[in-house]
Amino acid sequence: MSMRRSHFPAILTWTVILFFYVPILLLVVNSFNANRQGTVWMGFTFRWYHELFSAKGRDIWRALSNTLIVATLSTVISTFLGTCAAFALHKYKSRLQNFHYCLIYTPLVVPEILIGISLLIFFIALKVELGLATIVLAHATFCTSYVAMAVLSRLQDFDMTILEAARDLGASRWVTTWKVLVPIILPGIFAGALLAFTLSIDDFVITFFVNGPGTTTLPIQIQGMIKRGAMTMINALSTLLLAITFLVILGCQLIMKRSQRNAG
Amino acid sequence: MLTQLKETVELEEFLKFDRVTKSYGSLKAVDDVTLTIRRGEIFSILGPSGCGKTTLLRMLAGFDTPDSGRILLDGEDITEQLPNVRKVNTVFQNYALFPHMTVRENIAFGLKLKHLPRKVIDQEVDKMLAMIQMEGCAHKKPNQISGGQKQRTAIARALIMKPRVLLLDEPLAALDLKLRQRMSLELSLIHDEVGITFMYVTHDQNEAMSISDHIAVMHDGRVEQVGTPAEIYEAPRTSFVAAFIGDTNFFDGRISEVVDSEYCWLDVPELPPLLCFNDKKKAKGDLVHVSIRPEKFSISVDRPQIGPKQNVLPATVEDIVYQGDHTRYWVSIAPDWRVAVTRQHNRFMLDERSITWGDKVFISWQSDDGFMLERYSEKDEDLLQMPPQLPGDEPVPEAPPPASEAQSGEEEGK
Repeated sequence: MSMRRSHFPAILTWTVILFFYVPILLLVVNSFNANRQGTVWMGFTFRWYHELFSAKGRDIWRALSNTLIVATLSTVISTFLGTCAAFALHKYKSRLQNFHYCLIYTPLVVPEILIGISLLIFFIALKVELGLATIVLAHATFCTSYVAMAVLSRLQDFDMTILEAARDLGASRWVTTWKVLVPIILPGIFAGALLAFTLSIDDFVITFFVNGPGTTTLPIQIQGMIKRGAMTMINALSTLLLAITFLVILGCQLIMKRSQRNAG
Repeated sequence: MLTQLKETVELEEFLKFDRVTKSYGSLKAVDDVTLTIRRGEIFSILGPSGCGKTTLLRMLAGFDTPDSGRILLDGEDITEQLPNVRKVNTVFQNYALFPHMTVRENIAFGLKLKHLPRKVIDQEVDKMLAMIQMEGCAHKKPNQISGGQKQRTAIARALIMKPRVLLLDEPLAALDLKLRQRMSLELSLIHDEVGITFMYVTHDQNEAMSISDHIAVMHDGRVEQVGTPAEIYEAPRTSFVAAFIGDTNFFDGRISEVVDSEYCWLDVPELPPLLCFNDKKKAKGDLVHVSIRPEKFSISVDRPQIGPKQNVLPATVEDIVYQGDHTRYWVSIAPDWRVAVTRQHNRFMLDERSITWGDKVFISWQSDDGFMLERYSEKDEDLLQMPPQLPGDEPVPEAPPPASEAQSGEEEGK
């Protein structure tokens, strides 16, 4: 008598594939589909890619460049602020610090829509013109919390006597920071920055409230185009983004493997 | 003659803590400590955790600044100097190696900061690697080497700076017993080779005893006693030193008579009069505390023939712990009074009729072998080793606990 094997794992696997990856695959396939509606396969075409790179796609490219500008700026700002915040939180311990910790931590749990609305009201009250600057400020605000958490977790594993050892061996405060502290916690800072960058590129809700005329970011642009039913160029763009993402990840892994081999 | 005199002065006062005090909040971590360390010696600071020894070390390294007092290194006041300027280097308890650098880079760190030529640095590092016998591991990262190797790397990293004083903060605490013993020997050898003054902080009396030229015993932020290991062990000034280093027995009594100005008769409750060496020149009627080490006693089944300066007491054997090279007996000399007695096995033990539990025995000792304490505190008795408690040994509670009594009463009521 053989035991009957449970079908559960197989069902689970197929469910994951169905809900996670089939939609993505569908999108890729549709980007080459001659049918504008994408409902049935009507033959292979590069037409949507051509459209994307022609004058028709100008808004998309502007939105993409806005997104990249916002993501880069807000990553730089939030990485700097978040790292500083993490250092301060780690180094000084007091009752007041618990309060500071809450201040940094709360944006992670507050619903984005709340942050978006409150920032909008805030900007309007200060009569700040909505545009790229307000988006950057908004993104930097919530990304700072994520960076701070990433760096803080790295700092908590860090043995502070190492800094004393460096001082003991003749390093000034400045040299200790740059030659010992920063190299050791750099992975934490890097992880935080990556997180901030991704969150900024992705963000829809907060951006929706604080963007201004002509400063649409990619998620907002895509949402608008879907409403108008112009899916084709979006499919093409998404496929390109997907390919670029895969290439970047592949490159990262190759670099990591090589550096591991060198270390070992 | 003059140079000789000068050398003596240097020898006497190479490193000095001058009335140093440091508090953290209301806690006085270091309380008015004055210490003098000679050039080229291994000086240990020994004490239980929280006695202030690490604070003292941190102030010497420059990580903490004293609230008052001065630290003098070779006549120079270094109290306010920054740690990176001081010519002292530290071997940290957890080694504190730089995890992102190789062993070689770790050792070279200090010299690189001095901007020495690359060739000189390489030479010096090679010399250090050879001394700690780690040429083969130079390219490894700290997480790829063993505890003992980390330890050696940390020592090399500090020694390459040619410090005037090398500070070692519990350097062996993280190693296992065998490695600890070997590293302690290696440390002595390294010390002989480099001739640098070592200041060694530890809570382990065996480590301190085996490695040091002088020991300062610290307790509650104060120095209890400074001396050579033998002085500390044989002539403890206080009950804390007597009980913390090695093991001992305390006898408290009043002097009933002074004999020959050197000795005295001591009246101890429940015991016959005991003859004691009276080096503190106490007078008749004074209350004194005498410490007698377990190995100073002789134990025998038959009443020993005693000389004029000896004491003998009848006793009952209560516990025996065989330790190979010696046996520790706990014998009772009065109700509720056990003393520890150690007997070295310099003869093959199986030849003798052995002493067993419940035997009536005699313990005897030379009156010179007891040592009168200057200061005594009853709570130091807690530091003494006590015989292992067997389940059957536990005192029977005189009355059942009230809680269970109440419960049984309740049940009866039902």
